[in-house]
Amino acid sequence: MCRLFALTSKDPVSPMEAINALNVMKEGHDGSGVGLLLKDLGGPFEEMKEAPILSGIFTEEGIRRLDLFMMNQGFMTKYKVSIKVPKTKMFGIPRRGLYLIRAYEYPETWDGLAKEEIEERLMDTRLKIREMGEENRDMIVFSFWPDTIMIKELGDPMDVAHYLGLDRKDLKARIIMAQGRQNTNYAINLYACHPFFIKGFSTMTNGENTAFIPIKNFLLSREYPGYTGYQSDSEVFAHILHYTMETLGLGIDAYKHVITPLQENDLKQHPDVAFLTHLKRSCRQLIIDGPNCVIGTLPDNTLFMAQDRKKLRPGVVGGRPGLFAFSSEVCGLDAIIPDRDKSFDIQPMHLDTAIVSPDRQEVKICRQTEPLNLPL
Amino acid sequence: MSSNRTIKPSSLSLKDLPWQIDWKKDRCTLCGQCTAVCPVQAIELAVFRKRNLVTSIHRVEDNRSTFDTFYGIKQKTTIAEACIGCAMCSMVCPNDAIEPNPHPGTPKLKFHVNQGGEPRKRGGRRNSTESLLDRIKFIRISMLTDPALDAGRHEFEMRTLLGRVLPPKENMARLKTHGWIPPVREIYPLIIGGMSFGALSPTMWEGLQMGVAYLNEELNMPVRISTGEGGCPPRLLRSRFLKYVILQIASGYFGWDEIIHAIPHMKEDPCAIEIKYGQGAKPGDGGLLMWHKVNKLIAAIRGVPQGISLPSPPTHQTQYSIEESVAKMIQSMSMAWGFRVPVYPKISASSTSLAVLNNLTRNEFAAGLAIDGEDGGTGAAYAVSVDHMGHPIASCIRDNYLNLVKIGKQNEIPIFAGGGIGKNGNIAANAAALIMLGASGVQIGKYVMQAAAGCIGTENDRCNVCNLGICPKGITSQDPRLYRRLDPEAVAQRVVDLFVSFDTELKKIVAPLGRSTSLPIGMSDALGIDDRDVAERLNIKYVV
Repeated sequence: MCRLFALTSKDPVSPMEAINALNVMKEGHDGSGVGLLLKDLGGPFEEMKEAPILSGIFTEEGIRRLDLFMMNQGFMTKYKVSIKVPKTKMFGIPRRGLYLIRAYEYPETWDGLAKEEIEERLMDTRLKIREMGEENRDMIVFSFWPDTIMIKELGDPMDVAHYLGLDRKDLKARIIMAQGRQNTNYAINLYACHPFFIKGFSTMTNGENTAFIPIKNFLLSREYPGYTGYQSDSEVFAHILHYTMETLGLGIDAYKHVITPLQENDLKQHPDVAFLTHLKRSCRQLIIDGPNCVIGTLPDNTLFMAQDRKKLRPGVVGGRPGLFAFSSEVCGLDAIIPDRDKSFDIQPMHLDTAIVSPDRQEVKICRQTEPLNLPL
Repeated sequence: MSSNRTIKPSSLSLKDLPWQIDWKKDRCTLCGQCTAVCPVQAIELAVFRKRNLVTSIHRVEDNRSTFDTFYGIKQKTTIAEACIGCAMCSMVCPNDAIEPNPHPGTPKLKFHVNQGGEPRKRGGRRNSTESLLDRIKFIRISMLTDPALDAGRHEFEMRTLLGRVLPPKENMARLKTHGWIPPVREIYPLIIGGMSFGALSPTMWEGLQMGVAYLNEELNMPVRISTGEGGCPPRLLRSRFLKYVILQIASGYFGWDEIIHAIPHMKEDPCAIEIKYGQGAKPGDGGLLMWHKVNKLIAAIRGVPQGISLPSPPTHQTQYSIEESVAKMIQSMSMAWGFRVPVYPKISASSTSLAVLNNLTRNEFAAGLAIDGEDGGTGAAYAVSVDHMGHPIASCIRDNYLNLVKIGKQNEIPIFAGGGIGKNGNIAANAAALIMLGASGVQIGKYVMQAAAGCIGTENDRCNVCNLGICPKGITSQDPRLYRRLDPEAVAQRVVDLFVSFDTELKKIVAPLGRSTSLPIGMSDALGIDDRDVAERLNIKYVV
């Protein structure tokens, strides 16, 4: 079972906080990988909120090809963080090329474009780089998005953190998502590590996705270029989130109704029964049927946690105003926020979505049986 | 047969018949019940004369020849009276003195059944006991990483959708602007397929309706039944139970005058309208109700004279193409009910099924597609059609579903599979396999007759006289002496038993897969089979 930890803080914190949480939860963990997502960045990146940041792993040849590609597109490097790995090889962590974190200036030809158009082009660029990398096996790209950094590597989380030197002043964020990977289903592949990211939406998940094939078929048949990859069956949760909120224009409270709709008796008594019935039927192929626990972030820096109907995966939310954390185990939460009032800890049940908005003042619970904030 | 008779080309001995009667003289009490009950008069009371030679070792004068005369049961060897193996004689015999036994090889009767140039017609299913669906295994069992569900205690919602489901974006848009949204029915994934009033006896038809009503009203299982061709009794059309019924319109339009006139008086909309274009058992043929069954009641409901055969044409009569015909029919039926009722076609599985499906994807009013495989049953058809025409259901469903996936409409047009589900008794496993290959639900017919009414027809050509109106169980006969053998309330009870046990078994299959909130439609990674070619063809795993 994966170990999941996410935190949202008023003040920027080091990713070592999340690594420490994973380390506390490491019992039963096989150290097959770690994935990190940093959002709402602090440090030097704070001054370039709008600049898209490319994060990934590149060989020397990959760097050259990347530079040529980006130059042709019109991107100029604005800032970069160099991650120098020790000369000596560390057991359990493969030897790779350069771990790249670069912020870019937009091409001049993109001036005046609408925000939506820019976002689409950023995604297309990332997919293009990924495609180039899969051809020659010299590039792995995790994200290319403003105010966002992703780092993934195989190995024990604490070892990886020291190996990559993540404890540094210029690497801080207000939102951090971390997954300590437990390999269960597929060959180890960095693209299969959580968190998954698409256009500002990201998720990480505990639990196997038994409905993977029908969901994947449905998403692929939407013919949206970002719905691709699927090295892991959990990647669909990020894409379902994007589909629900961006394509259908619904709020985060509707996400649970897509992945785990209300059953017939509860649905009949819901104030929005007509709308939800149509949503349930038209999105029937997206039902996940768990057991899964999903932790995610939205483009506006909201964090949420949702359980599927079976509520068999652990998940807890707790903290204090200004600092909240989501964890798959309570001990992870204890390690990072020991001075919180534990009576306010929330373990979402099968009808609940726990939400922490960007102001980080409270944990809000959306219950599926309550009315929705519908745009209708 | 007397030994001094002329031997003709079609003279048959007992050994040439598909079934031989085994009669035990020492047990028979000559009560005559077996000869009375035989539906084809294959047996008769006969006088036997047996010569006895008495020899003595003492005196030659004591040698003599005597004759015993006794009564017994004799099997006829005439073609029209050939035994069908129904074993009604055995059932009524108080001393188990008589029973039919199947011919071990190829009976010669099949070379002689076309007397007068008339090919054989029969009911039943394709005469093959093989079933690909029985060989499919469910190989994905959640263990260790994800606990399998408790099939007995967990909450399950086993429902499927019948109707045109809009893409999510379109659905939300129409909801917002109060536009028209196609009607969708949430039903149980096991449907009793079309078996017409007329093909079935009144007691059988009534028993099915009562069973379905009980399942809906008392057990909250949204089971649906199709009427089949030929309309239905007027009081059902005006009943509140009409919502559990799928009205079928077939190419002969029998009974539809009655239905059209009843529309203003209907208290409920029917569940759906099924436009029958083909049947898996006899692709290319329309329905057939032979004159034996067209009595006064059937004639009145269907709007035809008594005692004449009712063949339906193979296609709905139209001067335009089949594509336009389908579109017109769907539109007409939708309009008749004010666009409140789903309308879908039912076709035979064939190499052209894909073309029909693609046509429906461009027709916004098409609510689904029912595909009937070659192992489907029929009440009356030419034997050559039943045995040699048709398309297997598994690959047909799979191809159609994957085509829907390719164009992104797999959640929009539900596919219902029929033909051979539960052929060897494994109804839940066969249904689940088809659902994971892409079907939204399955239709059954023969299985209901066998399980709910005791139909004795098998794929070894036992009985199969549905077309002649002499059904010994009273299932497909309009003769009161026969259909009164069947208690409709007992049939209803068995229908309930069938569905409740199916539900339990279906949960036993999907629970280890971790599915409970929705059916595993298209979840093909759970399937495996021990034939590499089949695995490749169906795009499922090969397991040995």
